[in-house]
Amino acid sequence: MSKLKVAILGTGNIGTDLMVKILRSEYLKCGAFVGRNLVSQGIQKAQQLGVNVSAEGIDYIIKNPDCCDIVFDATSASAHFEHAPVLKKLGKFVIDLTPAKIGGMCVPAVNLIECLKLDNVNMITCGGQASIPIAYAIGQTQKNIDYIEVVSAIASRSAGPATRLNLDEYIHTTEEGIKKFSGAKRTKAILNLNPATPCINMQTTVMAKVEKPDLDSLTKKLSELVSIVKKYVPGYEIVVGPTIENDRIFITVRVKGLGDYLPEYAGNLDIINCAAIGIAEEYARHSLQGKKS
Amino acid sequence: MKHVLISDPSLRDGNHAVRHKLTAKQIAAYCIAADAAGIPIVEVGHGNGIGASSLQLGEAACDDETTLKTARENLKNSKLGIHVIPGFATIKKDLKMAIDLGVDVIRVASHCTEADVTQSHIEFARKEDKIVYGVLMMSHMASKQVLLEEARKMESYGAQGIIIMDSSGNYLPSDVKERIDTLVKGLTVPVGFHAHNNLGMAIANSIAALESGAEILDGCARGFGAGAGNAQLEVLVAVLHRMGYETGINFYKLLDASDVAEKQLMEVLPSISSLSVVSGLAGVFSGFMKPVSRIAEKYNLDPRDIFFELGKRKIVAGQEDFIMEVAKDLSLKSGKNV
Repeated sequence: MSKLKVAILGTGNIGTDLMVKILRSEYLKCGAFVGRNLVSQGIQKAQQLGVNVSAEGIDYIIKNPDCCDIVFDATSASAHFEHAPVLKKLGKFVIDLTPAKIGGMCVPAVNLIECLKLDNVNMITCGGQASIPIAYAIGQTQKNIDYIEVVSAIASRSAGPATRLNLDEYIHTTEEGIKKFSGAKRTKAILNLNPATPCINMQTTVMAKVEKPDLDSLTKKLSELVSIVKKYVPGYEIVVGPTIENDRIFITVRVKGLGDYLPEYAGNLDIINCAAIGIAEEYARHSLQGKKS
Repeated sequence: MKHVLISDPSLRDGNHAVRHKLTAKQIAAYCIAADAAGIPIVEVGHGNGIGASSLQLGEAACDDETTLKTARENLKNSKLGIHVIPGFATIKKDLKMAIDLGVDVIRVASHCTEADVTQSHIEFARKEDKIVYGVLMMSHMASKQVLLEEARKMESYGAQGIIIMDSSGNYLPSDVKERIDTLVKGLTVPVGFHAHNNLGMAIANSIAALESGAEILDGCARGFGAGAGNAQLEVLVAVLHRMGYETGINFYKLLDASDVAEKQLMEVLPSISSLSVVSGLAGVFSGFMKPVSRIAEKYNLDPRDIFFELGKRKIVAGQEDFIMEVAKDLSLKSGKNV
């Protein structure tokens, strides 16, 4: 079966983990793994795995536009602002893992088909990927949702320097995503870092205040959504709820990572990568089918 | 005469003791009394600081804006302080507003091993020309070397002092001494200490900090604060004055202020309840007292088991949602259904 070619911009932990995932995909193959430094750990790993690498940055894609149909951007928000118009001109489908928020917000379990029509999709945040399917289920089954709050706890070791410096950005983006997909009047996102060893798995709690909670229909909708999420994030599971405690709907999910390039406890990084692969594979499936017919 | 800077978080930490239900009227009454007593810094807000009113931690009866306006109007001489935890409060949503409303002292806090999350907030507050302290919470969970490394980060961002919190009331004086001593020797900015009284050590630990070189101490009227409460301010000041320290506080008026607090702020006087001893021993954040009690009752569990399990899992302040998961696990183990 033919596969669609992708390029990865950014050879840090996220980019390298994406590459490992792509190597076992039925629909995707890695046309280029592009960074700035040939001796970086990521590039060395890619070379060991026989992947075509470059240290030329975006220029490599400009010079070799046939290397890919899809581009994952795992660099930084400021770099993505430069990359986005170039990639648009080249006609690439862009999956943005930075907080640049140029494209439409994408949560595969919720708006996968809609996203295929876009040329640039944004993967929101790790907490957003974990919580939005739940918030969406609340939005679909409850009336008059006054407020949804999302609290994530992640292992300290899974939070890199950029995350730590930009907690505010994480909070604002996650709140925006929850609001968009749930229709809640007010939203709040909270992030806790926990340094315990062995490292904790990512855990996200969604709490909501609604007029008359309907747990039966919520439970049903949640199990539908969780089974969709599990298709691209196998380690995603509800550990508490849905239940009502202290006048709030309460649901906790745990996200165990696949442990590809990143450690298993880094479910927060894994979920955003799994979601990105999820949309890329769907795009590839559609475009390969289109070519056949 | 030796000087100690006293900061009074009765209207912030005390909020934990009343499920964050302090009203504007209560805030005004205590601010007037504290101001008259000459307390140098009066800290106000939700128990976990500005921007922390939430289902996770409890919703505040009085929103941040009203709280800050009320306090500002009633503090003429005392400086107005806030507690800010990145991950809860953001610059855009919370810190800017607080600065616009006239706060003087901004204490930016993180879990004791995570100081680098405070960089943006500390730098922003310094640029706005505020007095900025870094706060390391749950400091019993880190060694003195780690605390020093984290404190140095905060100092490098611009913090003008570093306060370590015994958020669980877990320390003995010897623990405090070694940590404060390391910080005082390793930092160029003043060091402070914030005690909790779970093991009855709040005053003794505060004095141990002082004798190891701390220059800033926190205390609350009647000890009004999370769990077993904090160092009781009027006792602390009495001890300090007797030891020959200068605080700038009028002692009679301080006693009057603590009477105001007792009559107007508290549902019950702070005390070391059986559960507070357990929470202190388990090393769990004192703010967990109310939610643990509530959830234990609902699921018919022994709250002491919940506290020890939370301690074992090294749950940090802000992770209150984990109480439900621990309760579920304990229920399953004991054959109950949640």
